Order: sequence, then C-alpha cells, then structure tokens
Amino acid sequence: MLEALSYDFMQNALVASILLSICAGIIGSLIVVNRMVFLAGGIAHTSYGGIGMAIYFGIPIFLGASVFAVGAAILIAMISLKQKGRIDTFIGLIWAVGMAIGVIFVDLTPGYNVDLMSYLFGSILAIGREDLYFIATLLVVILTTVSLWYREILAVSYDSEYAALRGVHVKLFYTLILILSALTVVVAIKIVGLILVIALLTIPIYMAEKLSSTLAGMMFISSLLSLLFTTVGLFLSYNYNLTSGATIILVAAAFLAAFSIVDFLRHR
Amino acid sequence: MRPLLEIKNLYFSYDEQRVLEDINLDIYEKDFLSIIGPNGGGKSTLLKLILGINKIQSGTISIEGKPSTKCLNDIGYVPQNTNINIDFPIKVLEVILMGRTKEKGLFFGYSKAEKKNAQIALEKVGLKEFANKKIGSLSGGQRQRVMIARALFSNPKILLFDEPTSSIDVKGQKEIYQLLKRLSEELTVVVVSHDISIILEYATKVAYINRTLVLHDLDTKERKFNTKDTHFCEVELLNLLGNSHKKDCSC
Repeated sequence: MLEALSYDFMQNALVASILLSICAGIIGSLIVVNRMVFLAGGIAHTSYGGIGMAIYFGIPIFLGASVFAVGAAILIAMISLKQKGRIDTFIGLIWAVGMAIGVIFVDLTPGYNVDLMSYLFGSILAIGREDLYFIATLLVVILTTVSLWYREILAVSYDSEYAALRGVHVKLFYTLILILSALTVVVAIKIVGLILVIALLTIPIYMAEKLSSTLAGMMFISSLLSLLFTTVGLFLSYNYNLTSGATIILVAAAFLAAFSIVDFLRHR
Repeated sequence: MRPLLEIKNLYFSYDEQRVLEDINLDIYEKDFLSIIGPNGGGKSTLLKLILGINKIQSGTISIEGKPSTKCLNDIGYVPQNTNINIDFPIKVLEVILMGRTKEKGLFFGYSKAEKKNAQIALEKVGLKEFANKKIGSLSGGQRQRVMIARALFSNPKILLFDEPTSSIDVKGQKEIYQLLKRLSEELTVVVVSHDISIILEYATKVAYINRTLVLHDLDTKERKFNTKDTHFCEVELLNLLGNSHKKDCSC
C-alpha cells in the first residue's frame, strides 16, 4: 500500500483528496442544512456546459467549468429568491440545457475525442499541480468566508426570516453559499465525477448531522468522514484497479450502511 | 406622555387590494396590547410593517420618534412557528445569540459579553440549564421560550408576539402565559392572538383590526372574570366588552 505513495500521481491524488474533503465537508454541510441538494445537483450538471466550452476554446477546464457553474449558481439564486415555487422546473431546464451545450461543444471540437467517462466518474489519478493550486485556493476562500461570516451564515441557514430582521443581508449570503457550492462541485467533479458529486456532498454530511450539535462541528466531522472515504476509496481503487470515483462513493455508502445499522440498534 | 410606538396614518395595499386603511395607534410604555381580528384582516401585515419586513407605502411607524426600521434592536419579535428546522445542528445558546445585530468591528463569532447576556436571557425564560442542548431536543413549549429569550437578548423596549400559543401543547401554553405576565411587568408587550384568555387576563388594550383599527382600552374596565385556568369563547368575550361597547364601533 505504502509503495503507491512513491508515485507522483498518487501523492497528488492524496493531497487533492485532503483538500477536497475539507471543502466538501464545509460546503456540503451548508448545502444540506439549507436544503440545497437539488440546487447543487443542478449546478453540477449545468457546469458540464462549461467543460465542453473550455475544451472547444482551449482554456483550462477548471476555469471554464467554474465560470459556467458560478453563472448557473447566480441565476438559480436570483430565481429561487424571486419565485420559490417554480425553482424545480427551472433547475430541470438549466440542467438539461447546460449538458446539451457541453455535448455540442465537444462534438464541434476538431479531432478531440474526449473521454466522457472521466467526467462522469472523475479522474483523481490524473490530477496535476495546477489542479492542486486551484483546489487549495478554493479551500482558502471557503475557510476565510466561513470564519469571517460564520455568524451570518448560521443565522441565514437556521432562520432566514429572523436573520433578515436582525439586519443580515439574507440574499447576499444565500447567493454566496450557492456560489461556493458551485465551485466546490466543479472541483469534486474532477475527483469523483459528475454523477457521484452529490453523494460526496451528502453521505458524510448526513452522518455528521446526527453526530454534532453545532454547524461548525458538523462541518468538522463531515470533513473527517470525507477524508476517510476518499483515502480508503483511493487506495482500494489503486490496489484492485477500479474506477476511483465509484470506489470512493461505495466506500462511503458502506460506512453509511454500517452507521445506520448501529444508529438503528442504539435507538431501538 | 410620549408614546413608545407611534403609528400614524398608515395605509398598505397588496397590488390593488387595500389591506390597511388609515391606521393610527399609540402604544405607551408597559402597555399590554392584544391585536385581534379576522384572518386576512391585516394583523400580520401590520406586524410585518412594524418589523420592516414589508415596506411602508404611506404613513409612519416610529419608536420614540425614530423610524422603526432604524431601531431593530428595540423590537424583540417572537414568530408564530417555532417548529422550523428542528434537525438543525444548533445549540440553544446559539439560537439566542442570533437575536441581536452584529456589533461593529466584531469579526469572529461572538463576544464574551454577548454570551453572558444570552445566558441571562435564557435564565429569564427559565431554561438556564439548556444552553448547550441541541435545539431539536427541546419540547415545543421550551422552544417557544427559547424564541422569547432570543427576542429578549437585544434588550428590546417592546416585544412582539405572533400567535405565541398556536403551535404548542396546553401545558406549554400555560407556561408561556405565566412568562408573558412576568415580562409585561417590565416591558411593553404586543400580542397578535386568537386566544381570548390572553386578552381577558393580561391585556390593557385591545386593537381590533379589519382593514381599519378600533382600539379598546381595558384599563378602565372592571374585570368581571377571573380566568386563572379556563378559556373563554368569543361570545363570552363579546359580552364582556359589550357592556361599554359604543354603538358606532365597527367590531
């Protein structure tokens, strides 16, 4: 197992797992307590449009996907703040259109036969230095935002109506949470893939919610759990030559199953 | 004497529908005002206007001469539904700490003084030992009291309650009544409620709102009923009010 660490790509993968786990733990907690899971799913799929355009125009994929995802996040924030009742329809719409744009732009790219599978299931073993810098920057942004405005974010998440009464700019923080979710989703796509991104943003969070009595505690515990799942999944996928993203999610699901059984027996 | 809360010539319409018409109301220190009226009559709208959730279209609402939206910390608000987000990972003390606007220059979290004041607010509602409990582990009545502590935390001059007993059980309701009574000795209290026992037992003034507002001053009336435990139906209340009811009164 340890000999795997002598490879550069394994080292990068491990560092990426650590950084992503902390991002996912913090942002996943915010997504879950704000009931934004479906919104985050919509952003994840819409960002495929950005991946397609980035490939076509030859710009870095993280950058293209990020810009597209942030755009989608702002759009979703604006619409869900204006007319909450129609938000599911609208997410379905941009979900489909975003993916269609991605597919068409990949078609249009001459001589580029992109491996769609690597976006569906992630490609953690192909992560390079630049990707690591991107993830590290995102982590710094998330940590700064959450520690500077923890109080406002907590108030908006728990009781947005009351937060507004106490002078908190609810719309601003709601949009901010969605934008940070969008960026985290883009990073997570690279590591666990489009299909599994929501699993990483919900399975550890679900377990952490039961184990913690504060939002900060929930963020911390879910970061640790994510780290456990990604590293165990990573080594299993290396040893048995399995797709990394899918392995990570199945490891998470196995832990969740064990956790649920223990939880059930305890409360019986 | 200058009123604490002063509402002057207030009008409000949703689209074309006029909800409030020429509302004038003075609330003085230590008044206990109960707001009654039919559903859709404008009670909640008035509350939302005082709190600044709805923007005033015409007229003024002021607290000690300042616009009410400029003194958020002077109004403590206890919302109707206390069962929101029960699974949320938040401690009782943190819920209370939400009750105040952030001090200028404070970046991280909460100051020591704030935590101490939050603890004091919690003691006032009799939940001293619950500070570090998860909010979801409390009963409905206890959660309602936490919401009252949150409203008290900003040291308000006036406390607004929206149907404070509608979402809790009978035992919890009784505790809330006793708490209301204690609070009304120190603070000005405004309660929107269908609950007749609040009006009969504690209110010094009753405002009936159905687009327009009619104010009844109960201070001068002799209380004929002793309502320790029992509830009164609307007919009994009307009988009670009826004794001095003016003929031109619209309610």
